[in-house]
Amino acid sequence: MDRLETTCFRLGLSSGTTSLARDTTHLGFARVSSLRSAQMDWQGQKGAEIVMQIMLVVFAIAGLGIGYTIGSFPTMMLTYAGGVVLTALITVPNWPFFNRRPLKWLDPSEAERHPKPQVNVAAASKKKAPKHK
Amino acid sequence: MHSFAYRLNTLLTFSLLLLAVLCGAASFLDAFNSPLAASSSHVQASAQVLKVNRFRRQLNGADEVGLTFNVSLDVQPLFTWNTKQVFVFLAAEYETPKNALNQISLWDHIILDKDQAKFQTKVTTKYPLIDQGSNLRGRKVDLILHWHVMPKTGRMIRDKLHLSDFHLPEAYT
Repeated sequence: MDRLETTCFRLGLSSGTTSLARDTTHLGFARVSSLRSAQMDWQGQKGAEIVMQIMLVVFAIAGLGIGYTIGSFPTMMLTYAGGVVLTALITVPNWPFFNRRPLKWLDPSEAERHPKPQVNVAAASKKKAPKHK
Repeated sequence: MHSFAYRLNTLLTFSLLLLAVLCGAASFLDAFNSPLAASSSHVQASAQVLKVNRFRRQLNGADEVGLTFNVSLDVQPLFTWNTKQVFVFLAAEYETPKNALNQISLWDHIILDKDQAKFQTKVTTKYPLIDQGSNLRGRKVDLILHWHVMPKTGRMIRDKLHLSDFHLPEAYT
């Protein structure tokens, strides 16, 4: 976890970790809820969003259909409420199966071999050349 | 979708939006009535005036009438899966030289359940028939049953049915 963070910091990228997760790690509370501090990878986030939308719409339609045919308004509401709770349990916490395809960040030794291009040096050298001549 | 709180927020707002859509759909489907409606499709009711209890002129010059009447009604067709209660009231309507239409509620009742929606009863006027003035002697009065169907979600449906009419006596009793 630390190596990932330092690599991202060097490349100038944010790893997406919230500051809260960082603080809880320092305080040693990371063990309490690894489902909060562990993150979903990008493919997992997309999957969670699609699953959430589809499940909610399906439960809404199912609730309406069941309630209408039975003729019971509370049945519709309870079916939909149950569906919302089930969807929340599946898509909201950071389950491990949403983290199966993590991005492979660049190795730190590889990153050092290719330094970031310095734009100022090129401009300064272009300026200096005419003066010398 | 990168954190627990973000996904929770998205879930809650989207589920509330779908809840609003569900309630709108329930109200919309209400217009086509429940598919399990077994009884007749129209409201049936009748009312007859049995006796004029009181017909006098108040001190401020207004006529006042108290009646006893027989009411039988069957509003079971109005109940759907989206109905919370049905409010019925019996209104006396008549015309005077001063007002083109006078409507006075004589009796009302709240019906909570389909089983309670078919009954007949003999009642006296809950609210006295008080005129704006002194125009009721010998007046022809129509009895009209109004009802408000109040849904669990959605719009309220209002309708009425003309039941019968009667004539008030020529002189005060």
